[in-house]
Amino acid sequence: MILLQIIFTNVGNPHALGQKPLTFPRQVVALCQAPFLLDDPNVELVFPADAIARAKHYLSLTSGGLGAYSDAHGIPGIRKEVSEFIERRDGYPSDPEHIFLTGGASIGVMQILNCIIRGELDGILVPVPQYPLYSATISLLGGSLVPYYLEETANWGLDIVNLRQSVAQARSQGITVRAMVIINPGNPTGQCLSEANLKEVLQFCYQNNLVLLGDEVYQQNIYQDERPFISARKVLMDMGGNISKELQLVSFHTVSKGYWGECGQRGGYFEMTNIPPKTAEEIYKVTCTSHSPNVPGQIFLGLMVNPPKPGDISYERFVRESKGILESLRRRAQIVTDGFNSCRNVICNFTEGAMYSFPQIRLPPKAIEAAKNAGKVPDVFYCLKLLEATGISTVPGSGFGQKEGVFHLRTTILPAEEDMPAIMASFKKFNDDFMKQYEDYGGYLRM
Amino acid sequence: MRRFVADLSRKLTPERRKNLVTCVLQHRTCSLFSSFQSQSSVVIPIRFLNTASVDPSMASDYSGSPVTLDTINIKVLNCEYAVRGEIVTLAQKLEQELKENPGSRSFDEILYCNIGNPQSLGQQPITFFREVLALCDHPTILDRAETQGLFSADSIERAFQILDQIPGRATGAYSHSQGIKGLRDTIASGIEARDGYPADPNDIFLTDGASPAVHMMMQLLIRSEKDGILCPIPQYPLYSASITLHGGTLVPYYLDEATGWGLEISELKNQLEAAKSKGISIRALVVINPGNPTGQVLSESNQKEIVEFCKKEKLVLLADEVYQENIYVPDKQFHSFKKVSRTMGYGEKDISLVSFQSVSKGYHGECGKRGGYMEVTGFSPDIREQIYKVASVNLCSNISGQILASLVMSPPKVGDESYESYFAEKDAILSSLAKRAKTLEAALNSLEGVTCNRAEGAMYLFPRIELPKKAIEAAKSANKAPDAFYAARLLDATGIVVVPGSGFRQVPGTWHFRCTILPQEDRIPAIVTRLTEFHKGFMDEFRD
Repeated sequence: MILLQIIFTNVGNPHALGQKPLTFPRQVVALCQAPFLLDDPNVELVFPADAIARAKHYLSLTSGGLGAYSDAHGIPGIRKEVSEFIERRDGYPSDPEHIFLTGGASIGVMQILNCIIRGELDGILVPVPQYPLYSATISLLGGSLVPYYLEETANWGLDIVNLRQSVAQARSQGITVRAMVIINPGNPTGQCLSEANLKEVLQFCYQNNLVLLGDEVYQQNIYQDERPFISARKVLMDMGGNISKELQLVSFHTVSKGYWGECGQRGGYFEMTNIPPKTAEEIYKVTCTSHSPNVPGQIFLGLMVNPPKPGDISYERFVRESKGILESLRRRAQIVTDGFNSCRNVICNFTEGAMYSFPQIRLPPKAIEAAKNAGKVPDVFYCLKLLEATGISTVPGSGFGQKEGVFHLRTTILPAEEDMPAIMASFKKFNDDFMKQYEDYGGYLRM
Repeated sequence: MRRFVADLSRKLTPERRKNLVTCVLQHRTCSLFSSFQSQSSVVIPIRFLNTASVDPSMASDYSGSPVTLDTINIKVLNCEYAVRGEIVTLAQKLEQELKENPGSRSFDEILYCNIGNPQSLGQQPITFFREVLALCDHPTILDRAETQGLFSADSIERAFQILDQIPGRATGAYSHSQGIKGLRDTIASGIEARDGYPADPNDIFLTDGASPAVHMMMQLLIRSEKDGILCPIPQYPLYSASITLHGGTLVPYYLDEATGWGLEISELKNQLEAAKSKGISIRALVVINPGNPTGQVLSESNQKEIVEFCKKEKLVLLADEVYQENIYVPDKQFHSFKKVSRTMGYGEKDISLVSFQSVSKGYHGECGKRGGYMEVTGFSPDIREQIYKVASVNLCSNISGQILASLVMSPPKVGDESYESYFAEKDAILSSLAKRAKTLEAALNSLEGVTCNRAEGAMYLFPRIELPKKAIEAAKSANKAPDAFYAARLLDATGIVVVPGSGFRQVPGTWHFRCTILPQEDRIPAIVTRLTEFHKGFMDEFRD
């Protein structure tokens, strides 16, 4: 028996697969953890001057260092840095008072949905396939998930007609559709929305009185040049007129993804656009019961939106590390897509963004039957066999939602680049063996 | 896990909602209510129903409303958390005023005595803990010779130990949803060392502070408003807020101020029966030990009675033990409820017990780190799976906080290089807290009409004020609860921020406020002076 190494490609958890943390933020936060180091004459032997200066800067923004609760919605100075980042990115001013720092983007999503969902008659439009935080949260809060299907054959594009149909059907069943979620770049699908698509979505939400929830946590992870990231807020502001003053939008971001991958820090934020102050106050009130997001995570966020600049001692290294990661991710996105597409029964859209690949696996009828006999959904069956045979741990597409009778799996593009060819070869071998086994009409079912 | 659009048999006729208009400037005048225009910079609510009485069964109309005060989840509207309530907003405004016009008041700074946030008031973190955390944040320096000149040897060693328990030393990766196994092992050993009874690392769920763990349990236990949770009055308002947010019912049991905030089983029984007769199904009993805001430390015999009560009535015992290291009186000791239960011979099958601990309190006071855990015992494996599932939606708690929780539960030992400095720091903080507790208690007791039980533990004093009739009437005219009125006046005159007792609930007709014992020792005389002067002036103004 061959002892397999398990390859965890089931979670978007870059550091667990060998991606190194960026050096500069770790230096800064370490110094903030141990401020007594700043007084030590030997500190410059181990830490660069700009990290030391930045640590002092962030400590001065806190109300007692890393160990004090901050404002419930985050340290004001860091919220200001976030607003400045948003302004630089989009070209429109952003108000720090409309920004709430949270313990990861997920917490922010849960807080906003908790505000919106009053009962099971409140529906939230969620893309299918979707990241199951949404389905889980809607379920926990007692609301209704209203699915809208992304079109796989159109590169997981958004179909306004399907969107309208979903809403109409929900309403006919007494559901009040309250909000729409877009994940851009998509998870698990990776598609990057075009500006035209975003405009359509915004108009749609405006016409239907929906709050738009823009999950933009993968905005740094873009692997093609045709559709760079453009924030929902920028498109909204570009549209001008009444819609830009009235359409309610909440945008989410995090330190867990991008090229930072600092999942374990639990740092994120949401920005509210056109949400009435009294409502924001109520959201603030609820966040107070959990005091404040963790302070180190807030500092990571500050560093992410306000990284080293040209001329800073740490700038070159920072850029080298960041570029290295992003360029490698881009190459891995291609390797994985090509690897899947080299299998005759697999169709894989290119990973335009985010961290995942979501190939469609065409399963022969015998495989589907075998799955049924084993008491498993077909893609679960396939993924379990894949794990047993190769050690590759993926997530069956049924965990994200898909069209009836169509099967997928989600894998990440995060394993080290040098391991990728072997992993894809291992997958292909498994898949081809699987197909031989279950397409073999004269054969028998192997245990 | 996922609920698609359900086929509902009952159809709602779209019902035009009563015109609740909350129009806010700069934001749109709702097209549904276009006749209203706002020009001032104040929110002018035109409400036919106030927020407290919004009918939750009111269906929204067909077009779906944008998110405004009248269309958000009513549980959010109903939830209150006084620790950061109105008085704090006032204080922040005052602080701004002082910044813009220094010298405009008789005091030159705001003293935040409202929140248990030690390091915001000058308390220093424990050096050893921070050394280890810094090294875990930046492990690449561990191998460098210069690092040994900056950090103690045992902190380097501990960092290596901890990092070896984390796959790939990746402190930036999501961990297991219950927290890193090796850290849970450490915590379990720490619990065993504390209690003398074994703890299972699989019973431990590391969370971003104790508060999220409390929320998780409330979410699990509360099915509807017919589910009641017994809570001590006065209570820490996380409980009332959390119960409201999850749609349950808080069933109060009153602590007895006259007997040092004693917990009477007869009171528990009475409240339980009363609730049952109203059709409430009691699911759990919350005990905060040491108490917040009341500071009492339960006697072991009292704890035994509580355990028996929970066992008999089949209640989950939710033991908030975050102040377990804050004990200031020689005649009291902390005993965990787990220890007490096991001493009584009760095991997994006998009592469902959840114990909450945090890195925010004690002598370490690391509030901003958001570290803590709950130890869950006496639940069936399938319930444990459900708890795990809920924990996994948020993936995991922050890693640095997890590491800190393990350090708190296994600090330096005698013989370790850092032991002496660690112990000196810890001892200094705890004895200073005890001293401040005593000084402030005496000062409060010297005030006319004020009685204050001693702070046996935790971080607060909760004095009772006999407010004269005139003051109560003035409060009524100002549309404030009497203790909120007093607290606002206190803030205005002295810059001291306390939390009105009504934020914690109290026996009706009695008034209190909660004040922390956290300002540094050198501030205490000024606080005492200002408070005494203010109180005298207040009583002169309102005395009958």
